[in-house]
Amino acid sequence: MTDIVEPETSVEQSIAGRPDASAEIILAVENVSLHFGGVKALQNVSFDIRKGEVRAIIGPNGAGKSSMLNVINGFYHPSEGTITYKGEARSDMRPDVVARSGIARTFQNIALFSGMSTLDNIMTGRNTMMKRNFFWQALFYGPARDEEIEHREKAENVIDFLEIQAIRKVPVGRLPYGLQKRVELGRALAAEPELLLLDEPMAGMNSEEKEDMCRFILDVNDEFGTTIALIEHDMSVVMDISDRVVVLDYGIKIADGTPDEVRANKNVIDAYLGVSHD
Amino acid sequence: MTTNVDLAVNDTGPKLLLWNAKDRADRPAMREKYLGIWQTWSWSDVATEVQAIAAGLKTLGLNRDDRISIIGDNRPRLYWSIIAAQSIGAIPVPIYQDAVADETQYVLDHAESRFIICENQEQVDKVLQIKDLCPTIETVLYDDDRGMRDYNQPFLHNFDTVIAQGRRYNQDNPDFYRSEVDKGQGSDTSIMLYTSGTTGRPKGVVLTHDNILKTAYNAVQFEGLRETDEILAYLPMAWVGDHIFSYAQALTSGLCTACPESSDTVLIDLQELGPTYFFAPPKIFENLLTSVMIRIEDAGALKRKMFHFFMDVARRVGPELLDGNPVGPGDRLLYWLGNILVYAPLKNVLGFTKVRLAYTAGEAIGPDIFNFYRSIGLNLKQLYGMTESSVFVTIQPNDEIRMDTVGRPIDGVEVRIEDDGEVLFKSPGIFREYYKNPEATAETKTEDGWCRTGDAGFFDQEGHLRIIDRAKDVGKLTDGSMFAPKYIENKLKFFPDIYEAVTFGNERDYAAAFINIDLTAMGNWAERNGVAYASYQELSGLPQVAEIIRDRVEKVNADLATDPQLSGSQIKRFLVLHKQLEADDGELTRTQKVRRSTIAEKYGVLIDALYSASDHCEIETEVTFEDGRKGSVKADLAIVDAATSPTAMPQAAE
Repeated sequence: MTDIVEPETSVEQSIAGRPDASAEIILAVENVSLHFGGVKALQNVSFDIRKGEVRAIIGPNGAGKSSMLNVINGFYHPSEGTITYKGEARSDMRPDVVARSGIARTFQNIALFSGMSTLDNIMTGRNTMMKRNFFWQALFYGPARDEEIEHREKAENVIDFLEIQAIRKVPVGRLPYGLQKRVELGRALAAEPELLLLDEPMAGMNSEEKEDMCRFILDVNDEFGTTIALIEHDMSVVMDISDRVVVLDYGIKIADGTPDEVRANKNVIDAYLGVSHD
Repeated sequence: MTTNVDLAVNDTGPKLLLWNAKDRADRPAMREKYLGIWQTWSWSDVATEVQAIAAGLKTLGLNRDDRISIIGDNRPRLYWSIIAAQSIGAIPVPIYQDAVADETQYVLDHAESRFIICENQEQVDKVLQIKDLCPTIETVLYDDDRGMRDYNQPFLHNFDTVIAQGRRYNQDNPDFYRSEVDKGQGSDTSIMLYTSGTTGRPKGVVLTHDNILKTAYNAVQFEGLRETDEILAYLPMAWVGDHIFSYAQALTSGLCTACPESSDTVLIDLQELGPTYFFAPPKIFENLLTSVMIRIEDAGALKRKMFHFFMDVARRVGPELLDGNPVGPGDRLLYWLGNILVYAPLKNVLGFTKVRLAYTAGEAIGPDIFNFYRSIGLNLKQLYGMTESSVFVTIQPNDEIRMDTVGRPIDGVEVRIEDDGEVLFKSPGIFREYYKNPEATAETKTEDGWCRTGDAGFFDQEGHLRIIDRAKDVGKLTDGSMFAPKYIENKLKFFPDIYEAVTFGNERDYAAAFINIDLTAMGNWAERNGVAYASYQELSGLPQVAEIIRDRVEKVNADLATDPQLSGSQIKRFLVLHKQLEADDGELTRTQKVRRSTIAEKYGVLIDALYSASDHCEIETEVTFEDGRKGSVKADLAIVDAATSPTAMPQAAE
């Protein structure tokens, strides 16, 4: 009995700061490999994401971080291995099915509709949940109208949460980069995901924008209990906000653990600083 | 149409609220935009909410005469909290929401607040940070519960819970609220407002219900404000102006107060709401005009031509029409056309379409700015007042708008000028005292009931009051000629590319100035002329910028030369500062007024250099970032000589 109980308690301790994080695993990646012809983007990578935690995937350029996210997201199909999401194993899946099952994401290079307003962009995040067909939506009558109002309220909640009321009606193409990133986060949040995948949410931001983004990520995790998996190569940011970190290098997992463990790991230091060969 | 309120019977804010709830039950009293939709509360809704809050505060142990601080942006619930506290005899002490912890602590400590109502987590964090230094704080409430889940301090209460408790208490004690309200009298303390303090620590101005309500009511009568009027409450709740406009005038006239969605959305909300009554300090009118002009310069040639043509017409005809003076039929037609093509759309974009009364005060407003708004048909007027007078001392009557006066005393106000030029007034709005500061009270209130304003001014031939400067700031150069620093600074600041100016000259041989450039205007100039710069500091240090500023200074000198009294104080030397003067660094007050003593201390080296022969000066200054961290900025500033103009009229002409 004690054998089973013990790891449980140690998990509880390591995530004591976050009341929502539990030992329950929301997503497990098992022995996943991804090849593009001869290029081995991922090799035999395994790790898991626990419900309610902030999980970071880090690594130097070309380490396979984005590929990993695209595999989870269903955009790439792994050459080998399985992904278990909420107890259901799959080897490949279409992105829209993944989106419907409660996984939302943002992109490294912002992928918003730049001619549309902030509000409209956020509304697109709810598209997969709208039931009325194009005809009814165009008529904007009866059930379609009620549905629109319901979704608009959800979108407005996101706007309130991210404090972007002032840009509600501004076309996103006119917004500064940091705000566009925030709108993109808003669109992902509008889908009310259980698992939120963030691809370099802090890339290209100044330090004030980074601080804001960190706060929003932690707030999302705190207020809605959303599980967050994020890719980032700014180590200091990652170490501050994540519960556990997995480190990739040349498509191979080289470390996995709490920020402190990872920071002390020799392989990680070598990967980031280079190894001296003398 | 409702009858006018009888202030002899309804002599406190809470009594007036009950009267409004009965007489104007279904009229809108308050609005707020929530999740993108404007929500409205009628006067009877407000009374119900206030009743619940009052009882809730009572169940938490708030007693008569306890001080209760309120910190946050303009939110309906915070306004209701003020009346709720007054209903049970407690004294509200609103605090500037953007004040840093240290300033907040001073006020909380000085007022000995037992209760604090915070708008959100940001304010709660600030209070928790200083709570140990303020032993009187017992209970803290918060309105917005976002991010508050992990706060489990026993003295922290969610506003919703308190209101629910209050509702239950009122059900069990149906007579409680009414009997508490009946205990209040007009002579009771209504509110304590801390002045921003151009000199030294803020002072707590104690105002009674009589002070506030009578003054507000007199101004309501003067302007004919009605229950159909609407105002956007966007200036700090701790500032006396907002308290008078959004609380006291709302209660005495029944007008509706709307709260913006957030502090960033004020301009959008203004446009959506279309208020009829609007107040803004000169700076805001100036910023609005700058943004309009920048957009016009970016527009197509045809639109730009049309705009400038009709603005010329407006400048010539608009003010005359607004003042009711005769105008020829040709000009009338042109103005009518201009209104369709330019003025009306412009007012619509700015949210001024329905405004029938707009005030500005606090600082002098530039003639270009003032005339611009009046020429497009906005009834913009100046008034004079302060916290100690419950705002209104003088207002410009509708058909007597002058650029450089602040108007006539309103009903019930007497004004006289002391021999040394200081303005004194007597009104129902004179404050009772400075809290725990009898010396300052005695200095300001004379024994025969007059109140010293500390401002120097005079009445012109028409009977309008003109304010030139702070009485104590008016000094003399070594040759004995008068030196009114603010008068000169205002003239400098009327140029759009000068953001702030500080002049020196008292007991000096000549006048000299620090100049702060305006980043928007100067940045725009740099962009248009292909001048590259990376920071405020670099832009302000450019020799071309110094040349532009020299041109401005020399224009002001020429202007000063026309006035024999002020001709001696033309600016001989100036420098362009490398950093913007900031309230966070203590250089400006929270209401953006220059703190001369702090600046003299901090930039002593620069002042010395202005009065030496050298042409540059090195300085290292400390700056405070928004999160409270400190850093330092180093710079080598050029000191520039400016030409002075000969006095236009010989002094013998007197």
